[in-house]
Amino acid sequence: MTGIVALYIFMLAAFTGYEVIAKVPVILHTPLMSGSNFVHGIVLVGAMVALGAATTPLEKTIGFIGVLLAAGNAVGGYAVTERMLEMFKSSGAKGGGAKGHH
Amino acid sequence: MDLGSVHIGADALIQTSYLITAFLFIMGLKRMSSPVTARSGILWAGAGMVVATAATFFFPGMGNFALMGAAIFVGGIIAWVSGRRVAMTNMPQMIALYNGMGGGGAAAIAAVELYSGRQITSTEATLAVVGGIIGAVSFSGSLIAFAKLQGLIKGSLRFGGQQILNLLILAAALVLGAVIASGYNVTTPVVSALFGAALVLGVSMTLPIGGADMPVVISLYNALTGLAVAFEGFVLGNAAMIIAGTVVGSAGTLLTQLMARAMNRSLGNVLFSGFGDTGGTSSGTAITGSMKPIEASDAGVMMAFAQKVIIVPGYGMAVAQAQHKVWELTQLLIDRSVTVKFAIHPVAGRMPGHMNVLLAEAGVPYDLIADLDEINAEFDGADVALIIGANDVVNPVARNDKSSPIYGMPILNADKAKNVIVIKRGQGAGFSGIENALFYLDNTRMLYGDGQSAVASLIAAVKSV
Repeated sequence: MTGIVALYIFMLAAFTGYEVIAKVPVILHTPLMSGSNFVHGIVLVGAMVALGAATTPLEKTIGFIGVLLAAGNAVGGYAVTERMLEMFKSSGAKGGGAKGHH
Repeated sequence: MDLGSVHIGADALIQTSYLITAFLFIMGLKRMSSPVTARSGILWAGAGMVVATAATFFFPGMGNFALMGAAIFVGGIIAWVSGRRVAMTNMPQMIALYNGMGGGGAAAIAAVELYSGRQITSTEATLAVVGGIIGAVSFSGSLIAFAKLQGLIKGSLRFGGQQILNLLILAAALVLGAVIASGYNVTTPVVSALFGAALVLGVSMTLPIGGADMPVVISLYNALTGLAVAFEGFVLGNAAMIIAGTVVGSAGTLLTQLMARAMNRSLGNVLFSGFGDTGGTSSGTAITGSMKPIEASDAGVMMAFAQKVIIVPGYGMAVAQAQHKVWELTQLLIDRSVTVKFAIHPVAGRMPGHMNVLLAEAGVPYDLIADLDEINAEFDGADVALIIGANDVVNPVARNDKSSPIYGMPILNADKAKNVIVIKRGQGAGFSGIENALFYLDNTRMLYGDGQSAVASLIAAVKSV
């Protein structure tokens, strides 16, 4: 990928991120932050590539830690975001999201 | 098939997968920004992550698969179990922790790249260094934010010249970064010193920030991690990382600004003023009058015969685990044809939107919940405003007492309701130490007791009507 193409991608992605979030209501701030936190868990693929190319013990150790942390970001981010969003229901959907509550 | 065409085939598969992932991420985030579609949004984004991760195993020339599998397995299991178990009240610090891990991942990519001494262009080296610094700051800073909200670190470390010290550490990191990026010295000690300086910076930047401001800081680190991921994506030539990282970087920056505004703070204020422990030195003008108590039975009758009740929950309600009881009370009132609404202040809970999550957990539908701008005009027509676990956010001195530390903060106009019932443990000033003028008004009655048992008595009172 050439530098200028990368810059185009960078610019367009920045606008996209801004536009996607621009009109979000306050009630979704916490889940959305958690959701975007999950999305940067994509760092996992980079960490995998780095570990995949590592040769010395030092590189392998850091690569291993990197993949471990990145996997934690992706998996943990998904788990908590899904849990929070699962609970959001309108009064149209009766039966509520309350677990263990009658 | 010769090796070259295998590589081309794998490359096309990976690039296509990353394209699909970018699409799924953006659609997922878009869907997450409306309560109606939010639930499906995370599923879209999750599918994107699975596609990208699976495709990456086919990356040409990959090795260390056993290590990789072990790391994904261990990291994934720990995160999954902790993520499923964490209490909703502790969600903000959990987000901080996962975010810090992402920052650490980005820093690790930069470290492997720089330690390996692989020939890269100066642009790539610069991006690796900058992304590495940001990632490391986000990593250690998020860990401190986690420790503070979790109560592992109490109080805020502040001393004179702290900002100058932080600037010096930043300058040291930048100098080391320049030495590395220019190719002048890329030896292991120099690279290690760079990451050491960045990690220390994250710690020293975050330590002085008070607990009340922490959500804004977590959001900022979230945006920074996104940026670090994008930079490392440039270094690796990985379009999925560039797109996802940049989208999070810009969305996170906007979200940080929205949060800071909702909390009546500016970002610079949060980062450099060293306040945010709520409450100041002055407590404002003294308040005259007395607090008038009410029995739960009388309060229950008042609510049962009301036309409209607005409930103002605060973090105290969640601490008392009273939200389930509050929802039970709400359902009883709705069955009696009382209109019930929840009024949520932007800083109710520990980060903007946190109270909505806590209410949703108890089963309160989101269309009964209104934020400050929507609900403030409605207090005038409400028969009862029930305050539970909220204090500063309904204190009218924020409107009219210039000497008060919370003057100017937007508040819920609960005092405009015909009757105000405040559930409160005792008579003392709240958590912030600021006297609440609302408690002394003629239309206010105090219902003393623990949040959960007070609401239970209200439920009994409404049932007996």
